[in-house]
Amino acid sequence: MAVVLSITGLTKAYKPGVPVLKGIDLDFEERGLTAIIGSSGTGKSTLIRIINRLVDPTGGSILFKGQELSRIEGRHLREARRRIGMVFQEYNLVERLSVMENLLTGRLGYISPMNAWLRKFPAEDIAHAMELLDVIGLADFAHQRADSLSGGQRQRVGIARALMQRPEILLADEPTSSLDPKTSVEIMELLKSQGINNGIPVVVNIHDVELAKRFADRIVGMTGGRVVFDGPPEQLTDDHLKLIYGGEGWLQ
Amino acid sequence: MTPPGAQTMPRIPSGRGQPFHSSLQVKLLALVVVAYAVYALGQLDFSYDRFIRGLDNGARFLSRMFPPSYKNWDQLLTGFIESMQIAVLATFFGVLLSLPVAILGARNLMPAWATWPARLIVTLCRAFNPVIVAIVFIKAVGFGALAGVLALVVASIGFVGKLFMEAVEEISMKQIEAVRATGAPFLSVVTYGVLPQVIGRLVGFCTYQLDANLRNSTMVGIVGAGGIGGALFAAFQRFEYDFVLAILITIIAVVLLGEFASNYVKRIFHV
Repeated sequence: MAVVLSITGLTKAYKPGVPVLKGIDLDFEERGLTAIIGSSGTGKSTLIRIINRLVDPTGGSILFKGQELSRIEGRHLREARRRIGMVFQEYNLVERLSVMENLLTGRLGYISPMNAWLRKFPAEDIAHAMELLDVIGLADFAHQRADSLSGGQRQRVGIARALMQRPEILLADEPTSSLDPKTSVEIMELLKSQGINNGIPVVVNIHDVELAKRFADRIVGMTGGRVVFDGPPEQLTDDHLKLIYGGEGWLQ
Repeated sequence: MTPPGAQTMPRIPSGRGQPFHSSLQVKLLALVVVAYAVYALGQLDFSYDRFIRGLDNGARFLSRMFPPSYKNWDQLLTGFIESMQIAVLATFFGVLLSLPVAILGARNLMPAWATWPARLIVTLCRAFNPVIVAIVFIKAVGFGALAGVLALVVASIGFVGKLFMEAVEEISMKQIEAVRATGAPFLSVVTYGVLPQVIGRLVGFCTYQLDANLRNSTMVGIVGAGGIGGALFAAFQRFEYDFVLAILITIIAVVLLGEFASNYVKRIFHV
């Protein structure tokens, strides 16, 4: 399979001399769900946010389908972001907009600010939004305000918003951390199936190791700003988990 | 494993039972304020004698006000219509201009080179009372309603601009981050990420400013910037105190009416 996203020698230091990421090398192929696990503060979020440049890298390279993303600015950055879908831990919906408006937010990169202001979206975008509302099972909620939804419903809207971009890769930054176990499974199922249906890779930061093992095709374990495990879930042993999270009392 | 810390309970030191902290600085400050007030009273010749004499004058003045005279009602009406037009125009253009200024001045959205000038504009607009600004504009564009409108536009930018800027700085950046992550251009981030979060408060600021402009528009007329204030000042000069009372009663009625109107607008927008 062809490599879609290639990260090499990636470093990030929020404060000079205190690196959070200490040289990450990862390739992502055009299909499959990758789960990134690791304890809090180990740089998982930073890594995923650097890919669409919500955080700027300190050094290294991010090659996305032949385009170097690590140093682009302005219009080039916006055009690159349109191709990368992102799902957030706290959903990050615009609370006072309707579900439909939140979905159409995913198309803002493609229409002028004037048309956006006038709510003039192409008919195919609106049709696509309707389809996605069916997919996520919220067809009757199109005109409800986002702040009237439950956590699980909001995250599904968050996923649909990312899919509105017709992204070439889907990133999810701890999408299940604020949800109950049953809803978490549903969200992971949705991410997995949408990755397969759209033929795009999905990269998920996740705290729940069992959930990661259940849904991921590949697991990346991080600790202290480095990758210490990279392989299929079957190969992830308790020894690896001790290395990733430290200690062993929690494993019993 | 043994549970740690079972034997070492933290102990509150006994004999230090002063639950509230009393500050010497606060007491000193209060003393200074009271002392200065007494001193200022003496300086301004604010004696009991003068106060009693003043009451006497006031009573005579009040008695000449009654009954209020509405015989110059046409003058009253034209003055008020002009005042209201000044207030509405000033609020409209003031709010329109304060939107970009507020966005430019918000430190969570803009770099320092944009926030500094925007904040300077707002501060300058707030620096002077509308009456002083009106005097300046009368020198610039001559007597009349235009000077009043301009003066109140400046006041509106100072007020709405500052409050709106603060509202924008308090929004949730998570929602902004998500809109940015879709590749939206900056102006679309403003219309889809920023405005939905602050529109309710903006409506509140606008109605409050309309209310304030209605009051201020009666005042700028005193220095010749149009509106009912001119008629009020003229009536004072001619000792037509009954007409003065008629104007004052009408001002109260109009301000109350404005209050009802803004409550109604707020209810429409669910703020």
